[in-house]
Amino acid sequence: MNAKLKLFSYNMADTFIHRLSGVTKLVCFLLLTFAVMFSYDIRVILGMMVLSIILMRMAQIRFSQIRLMLVYVLIFLLTNAIISFFFSPEQGVKIYGTKHAFAEVWGISLTWEQVFYQVTKFFKYASVVPLGMIFLLTTNPSEFASSLNGVGVNYKAAYAVALTLRYFPDVQRDYHDIYLAQQARGLELSSKAKFFDRFKNSLLIVIPLIFSTLDRIEVISNAMDLRGFSKSKTRTWYTSRKLSRQDVLALVVSAVLLLFTVAVSVFINRSRFYNPFI
Amino acid sequence: MSEPAIIEFDHFTFQYYSQAEPTLHDINLKIYPGEKILIVGPSGSGKSTLGHCLNGLIPFAYRGEIQGSLKIQGLETRDLDIFKLSKVVGTVLQDSDGQFVGLTVGEDIAFALENDNVPTAQMRERVAKVAQMVDMDSLLSSSPFELSGGQKQRTSLAGVMIDDVDILLFDEPLANLDPATGKTAIEIIDDIHKRSHKTILIIEHRLEDVLHRGVDRVIVINDGHIIADLNAHELVSSAVLVDNGIREPLYVTALKYAGVKVTSEMKPGHITTLSTELSGHALQLWHEKVKTAAPENRNPSVLAMENVSFSYDGKRPVLQEINFDIREGEMVSVVGKNGAGKSTLSKLLCGFEKEDRGRILYRGEDIRDKSIKERAEIIGLVMQNPNQMISKPMIFDEVALGLRMRQVPEEQIAERVDKVLKVCGLAPFKSWPISALSYGQKKRVTIASILVLDPKILILDEPTAGQDFRHYTEIMEFLVEINRMGVTVILITHDMHLMLEYTPRAIVLAGGRKIADTAASVVLTDAEVIREANLKETSLFALAQLAGIPEGTRFVQGFIDYERGLKNR
Amino acid sequence: MKDLFKVNTKTIVATGLGAAIFTLLFMFVKVPSPVPETSFQTAYGVSAFFATLFGPIAGALIAFIGHALSDAIQYGTPWWSWVIASGVSGFIFGLAFKRTKVEEGEFKGKDILTFNIIQIIGNAIAWVVVAPLLDIIIYQEPASLVFTQGITAAIMNIVSTGVIGTLLLIAYAATRTKKGSLSKG
Ligand SMILES: Nc1ncnc2c1ncn2[C@@H]1O[C@H](COP(=O)(O)OP(=O)(O)OP(=O)(O)O)[C@@H](O)[C@H]1O
Ligand SMILES: Nc1ncnc2c1ncn2[C@@H]1O[C@H](COP(=O)(O)OP(=O)(O)OP(=O)(O)O)[C@@H](O)[C@H]1O
Ligand SMILES: [Mg+2]
Ligand SMILES: [Mg+2]
Repeated sequence: MNAKLKLFSYNMADTFIHRLSGVTKLVCFLLLTFAVMFSYDIRVILGMMVLSIILMRMAQIRFSQIRLMLVYVLIFLLTNAIISFFFSPEQGVKIYGTKHAFAEVWGISLTWEQVFYQVTKFFKYASVVPLGMIFLLTTNPSEFASSLNGVGVNYKAAYAVALTLRYFPDVQRDYHDIYLAQQARGLELSSKAKFFDRFKNSLLIVIPLIFSTLDRIEVISNAMDLRGFSKSKTRTWYTSRKLSRQDVLALVVSAVLLLFTVAVSVFINRSRFYNPFI
Repeated sequence: MSEPAIIEFDHFTFQYYSQAEPTLHDINLKIYPGEKILIVGPSGSGKSTLGHCLNGLIPFAYRGEIQGSLKIQGLETRDLDIFKLSKVVGTVLQDSDGQFVGLTVGEDIAFALENDNVPTAQMRERVAKVAQMVDMDSLLSSSPFELSGGQKQRTSLAGVMIDDVDILLFDEPLANLDPATGKTAIEIIDDIHKRSHKTILIIEHRLEDVLHRGVDRVIVINDGHIIADLNAHELVSSAVLVDNGIREPLYVTALKYAGVKVTSEMKPGHITTLSTELSGHALQLWHEKVKTAAPENRNPSVLAMENVSFSYDGKRPVLQEINFDIREGEMVSVVGKNGAGKSTLSKLLCGFEKEDRGRILYRGEDIRDKSIKERAEIIGLVMQNPNQMISKPMIFDEVALGLRMRQVPEEQIAERVDKVLKVCGLAPFKSWPISALSYGQKKRVTIASILVLDPKILILDEPTAGQDFRHYTEIMEFLVEINRMGVTVILITHDMHLMLEYTPRAIVLAGGRKIADTAASVVLTDAEVIREANLKETSLFALAQLAGIPEGTRFVQGFIDYERGLKNR
Repeated sequence: MKDLFKVNTKTIVATGLGAAIFTLLFMFVKVPSPVPETSFQTAYGVSAFFATLFGPIAGALIAFIGHALSDAIQYGTPWWSWVIASGVSGFIFGLAFKRTKVEEGEFKGKDILTFNIIQIIGNAIAWVVVAPLLDIIIYQEPASLVFTQGITAAIMNIVSTGVIGTLLLIAYAATRTKKGSLSKG
């Protein structure tokens, strides 16, 4: 594993998007994500995708920051496309209710409906990715927990997220050190070992990691109790920000986009699907 | 004192749920507002337990049985809860990493205010003010990984001070701090005491370091009983420290060697108050008498680094151009500031990390291609953090693990493990689970688990952290013994006493570079090195000056040789 | 029964750190299975372990946060259907909280059985019901595909949760001390 991996490469640029409060960004992210997850209309989905790519530009996100993620996403989407074709080549026909075959491979007929369904699905999956990236790469981790609390998540659950972000690098470093310490005690960890041995060996690392974490949980929760955590029903946040006019604007625009998506489905398509075949 | 006590233990006894015996017995103790108290005692004597009773972790977080009474500001603590107590008692835990819960310094300082629903704007103002008091105002948005040990400690301090509590409790504030940062920590605590008149309790093994600034009383605990409650001068001149296995200040030991009877009239509690009118002459005589004879080690080289550089992230160098050569059978210490790269150096030697440039030689041969496992046959490393090494729930199995992996027959294992457990003072706990041990005891388990493998070269990263004098001496004497049989020992330490006493040679790191490599006694008298590497001048040196002995270095060396002579007899 | 959902500071800290471990294991520590191109997720063994010690809320949040975070690091955004399913599995694992004697230092026959029955139910509901249904609702994935995927995932996760969770709990039980049991000797 790569010990040098960074959590998020949060970039400190000062753009319109960075200046939005964490709560705003979280709410907008959720509204827009919901919109693309709801809609099965490729026009809406592509529109949303173009919008989010423009936003990415505005946030000065560099390609190098997201290259690796894109590779993973593409691998995932292509595998999904292939498997889902072989599992159910008629899925498109079932959804759109017509059948326009244009070719045949190994006895399976290729239909335009299936192509359209799979292309739509491809973009539907893909279009949430830039939204997520913008949110992750422009939100200061410190602001994240207070934003969750700001949108109504219980503050204790929100603080659990803050603790995860705080201690992830520590856990990662511990894991690496334990891995090395075990090798120094004589543990063979090469990939040549048999399946069962490799399984046993990974336990030899996971067990100390967990037990040292249990000790640490005790110390941290004592430290938090001593400083009054969870004594009242609410708490304030050092990092929370007041909503500015820009925040309100962003929220309104996102809400309108969601309503628009729903309206397109209800009034124009009369279903979640856009059906060009009838 | 006419004022009522702020803390009052009355026939107080406490027994942990899982223990067969009480840990605190019949404690009677009164502490008055504005006092500054130091609590000392051997490892496992119940110091932290006493602290937990004050801040409410007992009985809130640790189950057990309480008898007698404990009143804070006149209120019985068992009627309060931990939140009410946290308004009165602020605790700085030993583990500054565990204490640091925020993602940044600012958030961490603000933590208590956040929980109190203080509005954000007001919170920022107060954080800025407190941060300034501990000199952290320029680092408010730094994350814990970017901070040194000392800076984390300052953050913890600010985090409890922000709540304006009346009592501050510090549990081993100096463990893991380099000597200079430790000194600063004591100064900050003292400044807070002088400025705010808060009641302050410090639990600490490093007696001499705490006595750098004045304390009103020292309370000695052993085995759950209060053994003594004296001022520093009386304590140091009594037999209490020696009897309870606590390290007395070095300059006091030197005075005793010189045949001086240390009395409380000499004000020996602090080196700054010590009067040497009566003893100066005796010291001079003794100094002349001591023969210094450090035989030079002329064995062939066993481990060397040549121009080694390393960085974790490829950007910030952690070690630069390191060169050294360690001879077979040497005992060497590596010292330097927090974050200087000492632990990193040990990881490179064991192959945990790979050097970016340069070579590491074992008996003159480059070991670049040797795997971690192969290196481990030669070099044993005891890591700084015991939790990273422990992988079995039971003590015996943990120590036996390495032997089992090397397919040693089970009867031999039992014998070897028993012997090592005895050396490390763990024999009584042989069948205990590791989770029931104190920090110091866990550290000894990891030392045992490496010692049992009989490595040719032994590297110990902070072996004495959290250890009391008695156990520390036992372990160190064992190391000396195996060192005589030819094992090379490298100690990474912040403990200047340890370096002076046991390692003739010291390698000093600062900012990733080697800045000195010479006799330990010379290191500690070189003002430039001391400043650059955050070390601290030994009190022996100050004593020599007080007694009008000009060659301070030789005086220090003489002390060490004399002590070694005593031990070898 | 109310006790099952009690949340104190320790639960929160356990959740935060548990999720950090979950994230790490989820991304890096997969044990390759004898079936090619698949691997066992050690992370679910860990979420089941924490859920048994700290309850359903901790279990659900650990798997939910951990899965969402590792997705976000790898893909830039969480895949909500699977993240939610993970959360559901963690929640159900948490029903083993206070049903075993592991805190008293005993984790044998009957306890092992209880734990494993609960984890099998949890994995089955999460992967054979919740995840496929969400995939169908959100993405209109073909049912045959998502149920096949779901059943495979359920089997793999049942094995790894069962083996790793059980071993961790046995190891944990060995570290628990009984009342008045510790004396030097
Ligand atoms: N949670 C616990 N459960 C049972 N026994 C405990 C617990 N914590 C401490 N003890 C026992 O109580 C005794 C005193 O422990 P304590 O931590 O107070 O020692 P200490 O004086 O602070 O030691 P050190 O200097 O090593 O920190 C030890 O023998 C230890 O084993
Ligand atoms: N695994 C790691 N990844 C990245 N940086 C690290 C890692 N380990 C240590 N560092 C950094 O390298 C520097 C040297 O650390 P190291 O632990 O070697 O210091 P040290 O001299 O042992 O300090 P201390 O006296 O506090 O133990 C520090 O700035 C530290 O933050
Ligand atoms: Mg202690
Ligand atoms: Mg170190």
